[in-house]
Amino acid sequence: MRANQPNFAARVDAALASPTLKTAIDRTTGTAERNRARAVAAWPDFQAARDLGRDIRAHVVNNIDHYLVEFERNALATGAKVHWASTSEDACRIVVEICRAAEAKSVTRSKSMLGEEIGLPHALEAAGITRVETDLAEHIIQLAGDPPSHIVWPALHKTREQVKELFAASHRDPGAMEDVESMVQAARRELRAKFMAADVGISGANFLVADTGAVCTVTNEGNAELTTTPPRVHIVTAGIEKLVPSTTHAMALLRLLVRSATGAELTQYTTFHTGPKQPGDLDGPDEFHIVLVDNGRTNMLADGLAEMLRCIRCGACLNHCVVYRNIGGHAYGGTYPGPMGSVLTPALDGLPAARDLAHACTLNGSCQEVCPVRIPLPTLLRGWRDRSWREGLEPSSVRTALGLWKFVATRPWLYRLATAAAVRGMRLFAKRGWIEAMPLAGGWTRHRGLPAPSGGTFMQQYQAQKRKAR
Amino acid sequence: MTRVALFVTCLVDAMRPQIGFAAISLLEQAGCTVAVPDAQTCCSQPALNAGDADGARTIARQVIAAFEGFDFVVAPSGSCAATIKVHFPEMFEADAKWHARATALAAKTFELLSFLTDVCRWLPHDARLPGSFTYHDSCSGLRELGVMAQPRKLLAQVGGLELRPLDGNTVCCGFGGTFCVKYPAISNAIVEEKARAITATGADLLLGGDLGCLMNMAGKLHRTGSPVRTFHAAEVLAGMADGPAIGESV
Ligand code: SF4
Repeated sequence: MRANQPNFAARVDAALASPTLKTAIDRTTGTAERNRARAVAAWPDFQAARDLGRDIRAHVVNNIDHYLVEFERNALATGAKVHWASTSEDACRIVVEICRAAEAKSVTRSKSMLGEEIGLPHALEAAGITRVETDLAEHIIQLAGDPPSHIVWPALHKTREQVKELFAASHRDPGAMEDVESMVQAARRELRAKFMAADVGISGANFLVADTGAVCTVTNEGNAELTTTPPRVHIVTAGIEKLVPSTTHAMALLRLLVRSATGAELTQYTTFHTGPKQPGDLDGPDEFHIVLVDNGRTNMLADGLAEMLRCIRCGACLNHCVVYRNIGGHAYGGTYPGPMGSVLTPALDGLPAARDLAHACTLNGSCQEVCPVRIPLPTLLRGWRDRSWREGLEPSSVRTALGLWKFVATRPWLYRLATAAAVRGMRLFAKRGWIEAMPLAGGWTRHRGLPAPSGGTFMQQYQAQKRKAR
Repeated sequence: MTRVALFVTCLVDAMRPQIGFAAISLLEQAGCTVAVPDAQTCCSQPALNAGDADGARTIARQVIAAFEGFDFVVAPSGSCAATIKVHFPEMFEADAKWHARATALAAKTFELLSFLTDVCRWLPHDARLPGSFTYHDSCSGLRELGVMAQPRKLLAQVGGLELRPLDGNTVCCGFGGTFCVKYPAISNAIVEEKARAITATGADLLLGGDLGCLMNMAGKLHRTGSPVRTFHAAEVLAGMADGPAIGESV
């Protein structure tokens, strides 16, 4: 959770008040949704592939210690250095130390949500190290000073028009920027020299392949390659759950990941990085570091959230979520937004700060329906609600109202009296069938009319009919 | 004769009893004897969705005890039926005795429209209603119970009634039970979009199978001055859509 931010309701209001946010979200997520639907329709074995994806991920999560040891052994054999970080602070400290040892003045970074999760951009800044983002969207939000608002398209909240303004204001040679392609060119001109001058490149990982010690990254811009090949030192930061047993497993998951994310068959660039430059290699870094980050993951495993660790960060659950589609990523207040973020953020930032996320969901199930590894997101959100109730974090107004309702609902005779009285009372507020305002109903009537009860309760009418029939 | 217990649902009981009577009429036409157990109140969803698991179990036991003696339990709501059918067994995972009773009840609990087609194999023969309708697929019925083709199959039998497909018919309407009053601004943004799509179909009627969602959408259609009138599908099928729609006065 970012420090000093306004509460959830205020963040939601700010998002809903934005004149451009909804358009920006709909453009990107709408395209993603349509393309995914097309890709899935053209894949007859998609449901079986999801089962396989779930099983691979579940197997790894349940045997994580085994695969971590195997990965470390094989990565070391490729000449990589492997570091273990149990917290985000540890992870940042390790990365900064490697940068210092390499006497790095500037680092390039390719998009990594794990990097955002552990606060790496800030840590680098605090250490006085210049950070150059190679991913176009990351470059945009760096210029704008925003956190990412989507796990696949971090700058999704910005419209093309806003990006153009941003580039015009901050690039040395923005050019005309008539279309998206010329905007990409503008960013290339700005960044290319910086990529080549960087001492250290930092990337994330989509998969860590246990039996080869390789790190797999996928991008559409080829920026991960620019991050990881020219600099002398390459640092990979990865969550420990990114493991897969073998390259074959990585490929099976890759098909699910890319189709679920963008609807494409494969990303433009899929790279397996194995260790530093070897004698005879044309290029590659002199040093190759892998920082394996726990940051609460083993706790999640012990806390009933093992299923969430299956996540391959495809973003489909965000794209198909009506709440995300309306409030965007920033309103969630954590690193990860949308349904998967609402499950992860309470684990990462603590339930008291994030209890709204578990409740701000209609439990409509669209996220679970599209998740390529079949994570039961609504069930996990319910789990947080139960826990929030047990730990007494729910507001007393809710507890009192629910307590009263339970008292009545467990006594059918009293319930009959109470509902009949409530129906009579509500009808007093009705005008031509509608209640436009009524005490305690403001949450409803502020935005919509409340249809007045159409008569006495069903139970009253039914009993009356039965009496007449006798 | 098949003995069916009607789970009226708390919303139908209080807000729109005619849906309950439509359900009885349809079930009887389909050859069932219908009983309405006295001891019913609510399916437990308010407690379940608030995270009050103990509270939800207390109400669930009451539902199980009141309904387990019948051949079938039928509710004119996908959401309440799914609570019994899907969530009751989950709620008692740690209690073997109640888990067995919950599972037995779950097996014979159905949403009304899918019960008529899938279990009774019944279709209406003499229903008529000239005009056009659009259909919203409520989320719990759709994703937890697989209700989608059944209401369309039934409504296709209604003479003179033509379907106008709804853009985003499987997208949540923003009701979500207490969600809509806990997060009114988000719910409003969602239902605004839904109301626009409904009005854009040009249909005379909006139909669906869940009163909560229907009240939410009808309430927004009303505020936006839309001419679309809202009914529960059961009312149309039972020939009871000649009276006031949801929110219209008698
Ligand atoms: S939870 Fe599932 S749908 Fe959401 S990002 Fe993770 S893998 Fe994708």
